[in-house]
Amino acid sequence: MNNLCVSIKDVTKHFGKHVVLKNIHLDILEGEIFGLLGPSGAGKTTLVKELSGLDTPTSGENIVLGQTMPKLEVINRIGYMAQSDALYEDLSAKENLQFFSSLYGLKGMKLKERIQEVMKLVDLTEHVNKLVSDYSGGMKRRLSLAIALLHEPELLILDEPTVGIDPVLRKKIWDAFYQLNEQGTTIIVTTHVMDEAEKCDRLGLMRDGSLIAVGTPSELKQHTNSATIEEAFLVYGGDIDEN
Amino acid sequence: MRIKALTIRILRQIIRDKRTLGMLIFAPILVLTMLHLVFNGDSYIPKIGFIGIPETMVENMDLSDAEITNYDNTHDAQVDLLAQEIDGYITLTSGVPSIYLEGSDPTVNGETLRWIQSTFASLQESLTEDLEVSYLHGSSEMGQFDYFGPVLLGFFVFFFVFIIAGVSFIRERTTGTLERLLSTPLRKWEIVSGYVIGFGIVTMIQSTIIAAYTIYVLDMMMQGSFFYLLLIILSLSFTALTLGILISSFANNELQMIQFIPVIVVPQVFFSGLFNLETISNWLSWIGPITPLYYAAEALRDVMVRGFGWNEIYMEICVLLGFSALFMILNILALRKYRKI
Repeated sequence: MNNLCVSIKDVTKHFGKHVVLKNIHLDILEGEIFGLLGPSGAGKTTLVKELSGLDTPTSGENIVLGQTMPKLEVINRIGYMAQSDALYEDLSAKENLQFFSSLYGLKGMKLKERIQEVMKLVDLTEHVNKLVSDYSGGMKRRLSLAIALLHEPELLILDEPTVGIDPVLRKKIWDAFYQLNEQGTTIIVTTHVMDEAEKCDRLGLMRDGSLIAVGTPSELKQHTNSATIEEAFLVYGGDIDEN
Repeated sequence: MRIKALTIRILRQIIRDKRTLGMLIFAPILVLTMLHLVFNGDSYIPKIGFIGIPETMVENMDLSDAEITNYDNTHDAQVDLLAQEIDGYITLTSGVPSIYLEGSDPTVNGETLRWIQSTFASLQESLTEDLEVSYLHGSSEMGQFDYFGPVLLGFFVFFFVFIIAGVSFIRERTTGTLERLLSTPLRKWEIVSGYVIGFGIVTMIQSTIIAAYTIYVLDMMMQGSFFYLLLIILSLSFTALTLGILISSFANNELQMIQFIPVIVVPQVFFSGLFNLETISNWLSWIGPITPLYYAAEALRDVMVRGFGWNEIYMEICVLLGFSALFMILNILALRKYRKI
């Protein structure tokens, strides 16, 4: 069916003696919303950092958009949103947006257009001239997302995008994800919230650095005879599977 | 293009942070003004002890600008000298006055000697040439405001640029914006260059204001060209900036950055010529030539005190730029921790 967007081949990562990722194999297709689900410390952040070019595996390789990471040319086609908001609080939202879009080479009319588009998508248009330090937590999260979207990336990598955000806002953010996904953007999202996992096309369950299961939410539930993803996770987590 | 974006962002942040901007400019002005007032203030009235000076001689002296104590023997005078009750004493050895100074403070030394010289010169002309001066501490070579002013000017630029650049880079790391920058196609050398240009502009403005203030308001000696002065300070600020960013990679927060001041910044002051370099113990003297402030202080003094030009200062400027280049390369290598390419 679809082309491969990301291919993780036998990736292992050590930090000293501590093993963070163990022999991960995973293919993510173009145009899907892929969720990485697992408790904190499972290795989700390390894995998505490697996919964004911010980290490298100890062994194995990550192929993203047809090339082995890290590559500057591929980094240009990825939008990455980290767990922390990573904004310049002493600047206004607009100045933050201007700064990051210049880094991606946007300028002139195109730059103005994109800023308007992304701010509309995250519903912050009327707050564009405010200082970021005056933003609420949820607004910062959305601005952070807007920045990741500025250069119209083909692949969006989001690390816990809705952590600490209320259900109404979370729904708004997910609406934005669906909208982008419809336009063809592949989205990889990490989460430890089970109900959020249900919204993904496919899921990868992670625990202690291993990928313990991959499949659509319904497949995972069916396979384990569970009513919820949470139960399914417990079933998979119970037996020690190498892959 | 990307470097320009980074430069503009840094300038915007600094302009918005009014307090830091104020500290950059007004703190050095305040300290330099205080030093100026302390060292070039009202003339000091020396406290001088006389031992066995004939009455006839004393009667002819103008004693209005000094406090005179008479002693019967040298021992009593020495006890008072040790206790800093007097600044110095005079004895007559076979008709020729010998001067013995406490000597720990150059300002006091100067004032005491000046008084003695002018007073005795008015009595007997032959005496002015060969006054014998001995010191309890220190020596007559110790400097004045004009002499160490250039060093202080360099020091303040170095100190503030070091701290502000280091802290803003730490903030960049702890808030995650550095990671975010590296998740864009921004190259590592572009980050370092953007910082150098952004802070270079700020330092240029800062040092122009401070230098102009010390020279034109505080009337510090300025023999050479203002342009060379700025050139030296700019080179020094590049060094401070790149070193600050480099050191910040060894600190996890702002407080740890501040802890580097006694280790990195303060020792440089000792080897920059505030204290006589020739008197430093041999086993320590190698430190001077590896500290940036040593070269900057020498060049600043060449321009401000000795009025020298390009030929005398270009070596020092080259060394400073060499330091900056070295630190920049180390910074780019240090950033590999965050992204391999």
